[in-house]
Amino acid sequence: MRSEKQWTTATVTGIHPAAEDIRLFELEPEGGATPYKLGSHIDVALMVEGRSILRSYSVVGSAPVAGAWRIAVRRVGDSRGGSRAMWGLKHGDALRITRPRSHFELGFGRPEYVLVAGGIGITPILGMADALNRTKHRFRLLYAGRRRRQMAFLTELEHLLGDRLQVFCSEEGSRIDLAGEIARLHREGEMYVCGPVQMMEAARELWRASGRAPTSLRFETFGSSGHLPLQPFTAKLQDHGIELHVSREQSLLEALQNAGIEIAYDCLRGECGLCQVTVLSHEGPVDHRDVFLSEVQKHSSHKLCACVSRGTGTITIDTGFRRELRGVLPRTPGGR
Amino acid sequence: MPLPSLPATSQHFHRPRFPRNAWYAAAWDAELKHALFPRTVANQKLVLYRRENGEPVALEDACWHRLLPLSLGRLEGDTVVCGYHGLKFDCHGRCTFMPSQETINPAAAVRSFPAVERHRFIWVWPGDPALADPDLIPDLHPNHDPRWAGDGKTIHAKCDFRLIVDNLMDLTHETYVHSSSIGNEAVAEAPFEVHHSDREVIVERWMLDIEPPPFWRAQLGKPGNVDRWQIIHFQPPCTVAIDVGVAPAGTGAPQGDRRQGVSMWVINTITPETDKTCHYYWANVRDYRIHEQRVTTEIREAITNVFREDEIIVEAQQRAIDENPDKIFYNLNIDAGAVLARRLIDRMVDAEQGEARIAAE
Repeated sequence: MRSEKQWTTATVTGIHPAAEDIRLFELEPEGGATPYKLGSHIDVALMVEGRSILRSYSVVGSAPVAGAWRIAVRRVGDSRGGSRAMWGLKHGDALRITRPRSHFELGFGRPEYVLVAGGIGITPILGMADALNRTKHRFRLLYAGRRRRQMAFLTELEHLLGDRLQVFCSEEGSRIDLAGEIARLHREGEMYVCGPVQMMEAARELWRASGRAPTSLRFETFGSSGHLPLQPFTAKLQDHGIELHVSREQSLLEALQNAGIEIAYDCLRGECGLCQVTVLSHEGPVDHRDVFLSEVQKHSSHKLCACVSRGTGTITIDTGFRRELRGVLPRTPGGR
Repeated sequence: MPLPSLPATSQHFHRPRFPRNAWYAAAWDAELKHALFPRTVANQKLVLYRRENGEPVALEDACWHRLLPLSLGRLEGDTVVCGYHGLKFDCHGRCTFMPSQETINPAAAVRSFPAVERHRFIWVWPGDPALADPDLIPDLHPNHDPRWAGDGKTIHAKCDFRLIVDNLMDLTHETYVHSSSIGNEAVAEAPFEVHHSDREVIVERWMLDIEPPPFWRAQLGKPGNVDRWQIIHFQPPCTVAIDVGVAPAGTGAPQGDRRQGVSMWVINTITPETDKTCHYYWANVRDYRIHEQRVTTEIREAITNVFREDEIIVEAQQRAIDENPDKIFYNLNIDAGAVLARRLIDRMVDAEQGEARIAAE
């Protein structure tokens, strides 16, 4: 069941460096932070260039610390504006956030677990490792990053997990052998993955190939990671006969909404598929960042999830609007 | 100047009535089949079923999609199929099928709750699954032990489960509520002792050299006075196992020699359904004439009648509580066991304060 977002005001009570380009923020809500489910995230409302935007961040750790929920934010040059706004916050600033909700819950009682984290994807995984350790489950954490100094929480994880932690650095030339890890995992075991879209796709592909139960591969997406760098593009709306500019900082869905185009949507993270539009033609590749469309569907690029996925150059789409609809029930000739 | 905080002794209002981090009996072993079985436990609506291998499963009874109770759907192997749009959920609550799409939303799942079969009951843990240690299931092993024989039933009582705990923690009421069967003046007159630890409350009452009430006279099947005992073991939040019996007076029962007597465990575990209703699971198991099914049936039916008398009392008490929202109970000397039991329940509730929000999500 999904719960409604509950907004609250929080104060920034601490900002700590967690790694190069990663800051840990302590957010104390009114009345103090309450416990939350593993895999939870909070949504933060931020002002970017005069517009209010929403960003989702996983809550760090398995419980609040000093009355605060903690999130870790990486400063990315290739940002839609969220990380820059977060990095602009100062101690004592107030902001609107939602109470933690989890779409990435840990299931207990399995015979073995493999947790896989890529870069800042460590944030939801940290609390899971802590909980599995406390409840004496059999598990390992595979943590990959570009450089060690950019990998948050390494020291505390080494201390907590010992040799159950394996670190992989592309700078040092080490990579996670996902296929081997899946092959070694207990038949009833589960894998939890959080990382860049390429890592998630590789995990899903290898998992599928292994013939394991699809539900035993757990992952979460915010749709924020893509195959191509963020870039502005142009969307031609064949049905409305207009052309829209989609800036780096906004999604296609946001651009459509700003232009007053009616379009169904719900999850805003590329999961539900409600905001899919028909792609009539595309100049460059389509950067599919959703998890709704299948690989075959993405390959054909007949559809695109407007909340997260992007075009290159100019893309021509159809949102399903028709100035005049023929009656749903066609009139029978000669009938009443 | 800030107001001083209230002393601990004044903080017993508006506390949740029961903890979520606890094992609660949700069904009898024989009730749960390879079929969908709805049951509400601690305000949590659940759908229970047995997997094809017999293991119990407890899932949230609401489809992830449009909240229709999954118990209105059907089972397909170990998978629950929603009766509205056919979404499928496996025994861990994870969605395995959605109509008209090629992928499945990765967040699609209903909550699954730890479920364990033990001592003839199916136990579920509505709270934080990380804390669900099966070793914390109340020890009711005589209910499933070849040296003991018996059976029980379930009462759906329209009252706060604690009213039944109160009832069982002080058996003085037998004299007044059950005078035709198990109660007589001796119960109300005999002194009792109360002992307690962090995890248990024991109320012990011995009635020496008394004339047995009719029920016990028949069980013992011997003439003359008896030594009668009632040793009540409370395990929070809601389990009361009572060691009762009689032996011919002076044959050494108080010293531990019950060979001349008859013993029985009155097993009670009272699962809160909502704040004001509960599923009261009870059983009686005895250590005499254990191969006689007739005795099992006769005792079960006799106790059914006895407990019907209690049900009338506790439900009327609940109505009176509701009609007098500004009134609280007065406790007498006889209520020591109940007061200590409620204190252990409250302690469990206090220990998990703040987690209610997690559970509510």
